[in-house]
Amino acid sequence: MAKVDSKYTPGTINNGIIPWTRSLARLLLFVPILASACKSSPVSNNGPRILQAGAPGQASRSLAPQEIRSIVQPTYHQADVDFMKGMIHHHNQALEMSSLISDRTASSELDDLGRRITISQEDEIAFMERWLADRGEVNPEEHMGHGSEHMPGMQMPGMLTPEEMSSLRNSNDEMFDRLFLEGMIKHHRGALIMVATLFNTSGAGLEPDIFQFAYHVDSDQYIEIERMLSMLEARR
Amino acid sequence: MTRSGYYKQLMRSSLSAILFAVTAITLAFPGNLQGQQNDPRRTIDARVGLAPGLHDAEEAISNLELISTTAKGPGFSPDLETETPYTGGYTNSDLAFKDNYSIVGNYQGFQVYNVEDPNNPTLQVSLVCPGGQGDVSVYGDLLFMSVQERRARLDCGTQGVADSISSERFRGVRIFDISDIRNPEQIAAVQTCRGSHTHTVVNDPQDDQNVYVYVSGTSSVRPSEELAGCSGLSPEEDPNTSYFRIEVIQVPLANPETARVVNAPRLFMDQESGDISGLHQGGDFGPGTQSSRQTNQCHDITVYPELGLAAGACSGNGILLDITDVVNPVRIDEVTDPGFAYWHSATFSNDGSKVIFTDEWGGGGAPRCRDTDPLEWGADAIFEVVGRKLLFAGYYKLTAPQTELENCVAHNGSIIPVPGRDIKVQAWYQGGLSVFDFTDPANAVEIAYFDRGPVYSEEMVSGGYWSTYWYNGHIYGAEIARGFDVFKLVPSEHLTQNEIDAAALIRMDEFNAQLQPKIEWPTDVVVARAYLDQLMRNNSIRADRAVAVSTALDRVGNATQSADMTTAATDLREVAGALEADSREPLPSGQDSDRLRMRSLAESIRNLASSLLQ
Repeated sequence: MAKVDSKYTPGTINNGIIPWTRSLARLLLFVPILASACKSSPVSNNGPRILQAGAPGQASRSLAPQEIRSIVQPTYHQADVDFMKGMIHHHNQALEMSSLISDRTASSELDDLGRRITISQEDEIAFMERWLADRGEVNPEEHMGHGSEHMPGMQMPGMLTPEEMSSLRNSNDEMFDRLFLEGMIKHHRGALIMVATLFNTSGAGLEPDIFQFAYHVDSDQYIEIERMLSMLEARR
Repeated sequence: MTRSGYYKQLMRSSLSAILFAVTAITLAFPGNLQGQQNDPRRTIDARVGLAPGLHDAEEAISNLELISTTAKGPGFSPDLETETPYTGGYTNSDLAFKDNYSIVGNYQGFQVYNVEDPNNPTLQVSLVCPGGQGDVSVYGDLLFMSVQERRARLDCGTQGVADSISSERFRGVRIFDISDIRNPEQIAAVQTCRGSHTHTVVNDPQDDQNVYVYVSGTSSVRPSEELAGCSGLSPEEDPNTSYFRIEVIQVPLANPETARVVNAPRLFMDQESGDISGLHQGGDFGPGTQSSRQTNQCHDITVYPELGLAAGACSGNGILLDITDVVNPVRIDEVTDPGFAYWHSATFSNDGSKVIFTDEWGGGGAPRCRDTDPLEWGADAIFEVVGRKLLFAGYYKLTAPQTELENCVAHNGSIIPVPGRDIKVQAWYQGGLSVFDFTDPANAVEIAYFDRGPVYSEEMVSGGYWSTYWYNGHIYGAEIARGFDVFKLVPSEHLTQNEIDAAALIRMDEFNAQLQPKIEWPTDVVVARAYLDQLMRNNSIRADRAVAVSTALDRVGNATQSADMTTAATDLREVAGALEADSREPLPSGQDSDRLRMRSLAESIRNLASSLLQ
C-alpha cells in the first residue's frame, strides 16, 4: 500500500467514546474470537510463540500473555493534533483560491490544476476531520465554517494574507494566472514547512497513520510545486 | 483491442473523461461520472452486492475453493478491550515462503504459519518488530523486512522514538536469522535515507558468496544529522540528493551481519544530458488522460536473474533493467502509460516475453473499482518484451464493480506455473483475488475469482488482499484486516485438472514474488496431458490424434515390465512424430499460436519416451 487509508481507524483511544458506541453491538460479536485466540496463546511448546525481537545481535524474547497486552502503537502527540487542525485551515485556503479559477482564467491547464488541487485537498480534509473526530478532538473549522477568513488570527506558513487574497480575487486572465501560480507555490511551500516542523518535533509524527499522511502531503505537494514552477516559467 | 482502440474508447467518454484528469496524488474520486457504467466489458456477477462483515462477510467464489481462513493472532490484531475491530496499524502486508512455512508481513512485525497441511495452517511464531510496511523476503536462513515509519526502532521496541533526530530510529532493511524458524533473531539492520517501502532480494548467478537487496524507498528523506549523507534537496540544489535513486545492499552470506549499502544507482538518469531526473516529470499526457507521478523513486522491482533482467515499477514510469552486473543495474528501456497514476509492481511471464505492470491509482486506500472508474485506470498494463524493449499489448482490470466501501485497485500477485499458458493470481485489496490468463496479452481473461463483501458496513476501512501468491500447489492470501487464507484451484472449462496438477509439480524450497525463478517442468505425463487439454480446448488438434496421444499416455502409467516400456516408448515416439507433422499443417482452429503448443506437446512426449528407456 502506498498511501494513507482514506478511513482512519485509531491506534489508541483515550476516551473511547466515538467508535465504541458506534460499533458496540459489532464489537461484542468479536469478543469470542479474541477469547479463543487467547486460549491458544503461547503457553505450550507446540502452540504459537509471541516474541519481541531485539536489537541486531540480541536474542528475541518470549512474551507472556499479559505482556502482549502491552504491545501498543505510539500514541498521538499534541503536535500531531495541532498539525492536523492547522493543515485543515491551510487546505481550506487552497480550496478558496481554487474556487476563483473558473471565473477568472482562460487557461484550461490552470482549470485542470485547480480541479486536481480541489479534489485532493477535499479528500485530505475529510481524512483529517475523521482523524480528529476519531480521537474526540474538536476541529475548530467545523464550528466556524470553512474559509480562511473565519480565522484571521491563525496564519499557517505560506498562507496568503487578506491583501494577497483580495488582489487575487480582483484580478483576471494572465494577471490572475500569474498571481494564482505564485500564490499557490508559496502556499504549498508552506505545507512542506509544516511537515518539516512536525517531523522536527520530538514525539510527533510517530503514529503510523499520521506519519503516512504527512509524508504523502510532503511528496505530493513537492511534485505540484515543480509542476507549477514550470507553468509559471512558461508564462514569463 | 489495440492500444489506440483502448485510448479512443477512453476518449469517447469525452466530457466525463476530462473530469478524470485528476492528479495521481488524489486519494479519492467523485463517483459522479456517467458513461462508464454501461461498459460492456463489465461483469455483473455474484461479486456484486455482497453483504459486509469483518469475519462474516458474504462471499462469492468461482473455480476456486477456500480451504482455510485463519484470523490474525494476538498482538497483530486490535485488542478489543481498548480498540475497535477496525483499528489500523495491524495491517497484514506481503508474503514470503520457505519450505512448509508461509511468512506474513505486518506493520507490527511478521507471523510465521506452518502450511504443511494447507487445510489447517498453524501459527508458529509472531515476531513483534513494528515499523511498516513489513514486506518480507527469504533467502536461505535469512529473512529481510522493509521498514519505513518514523516510530520504528533499531531494537524493535513498540514505544516509538521520542526524539526527532535519534540514533535509536531505524528506517531501512532489517535482516533476521531464521535458521530456527520458531525463534527468529535480528542480526543486522541496514539504514537508508528514505527507509524501505519495499525491497527485492537478488541473487547473482556468478556470485555465490553474496546475496543482494534492491531497496525501494518512497517516503520522506531523513535529516543528515540522523543518517549521514541523506539529502532531501532537489537535484538542482544538490546533485547528491537522496531522491532519484534506489540502494543496493550487499549481504555476505558468511557474515550477513556485515551487510551494507554498496551502491545507489541513478536509474532515472538521462544518458545524454546526465540529468538524474531524466524520466517522467509528473503530470498527464493530454486531455482525458491520467496524471502520473514524478519518477523520483521505484515503488517495487521484480528481478529475473536467470534472464539478467528486472522490471521496475517506478512511480511515473515502468522501466526495464539489465542486471547482469547485479550491483550496477542499467536501465535499458522505459515506458509511460496514459492510464497510469502510480507504477506499483511488476511480474514477468515465465519465459520473460511479457511483463505485467500494476497501477496503484489512489494508493491502495481508496475505492477505485467502482462502476464509474475506467477499466484502463488502476489496472494492469501488459507489455511484451521485444528486443529488450517494452511494447504495450493490453490492460487487465477486475471487471466486477466494487462499492465505495471497498478499497480496491491492482495489487500484488504471482505466476501460476501452468505449462503452455501465462496465468497470474492477483490481489485487488477488497476487490478480492482474480486469476487470469494473459497468454494473449491483448486479451487477458479472468478464469477464477474470490471476493468478500466490505469489511465494515458504515465506512470504508482498509482491508482485502495485499498479496495473493501461488506456492507449491496452493494460492495463499494475506488479508489486511482478516488474516491468512489458502485456496486451491478447482477445474473448470478454463482450466483442467491436468493443468492444475502440472502447475503443482513445481516445488520450491523458498519463494519471493519479487525474485522470479525460471520454471522448468519435469518430464511427467501430466505435463503432456495439460498441453493436450489446451489443444483440445482450442479445437487445435485432430480428434483422432487426440485419442492417439491420450492412449499412448495411458500406456506410460500402465507400463511396469521393461517390454511394456519399450512398446510404450515406441508408441510415444510415433505419436510425437505425427504431432510434429501436424504442427506444420494448418490447424483445425486456425490458431497459429497453437503450433508452438503442439511442438511443446511433442517434445514432452519424446522426453517421456526417453525416460522410459533409461
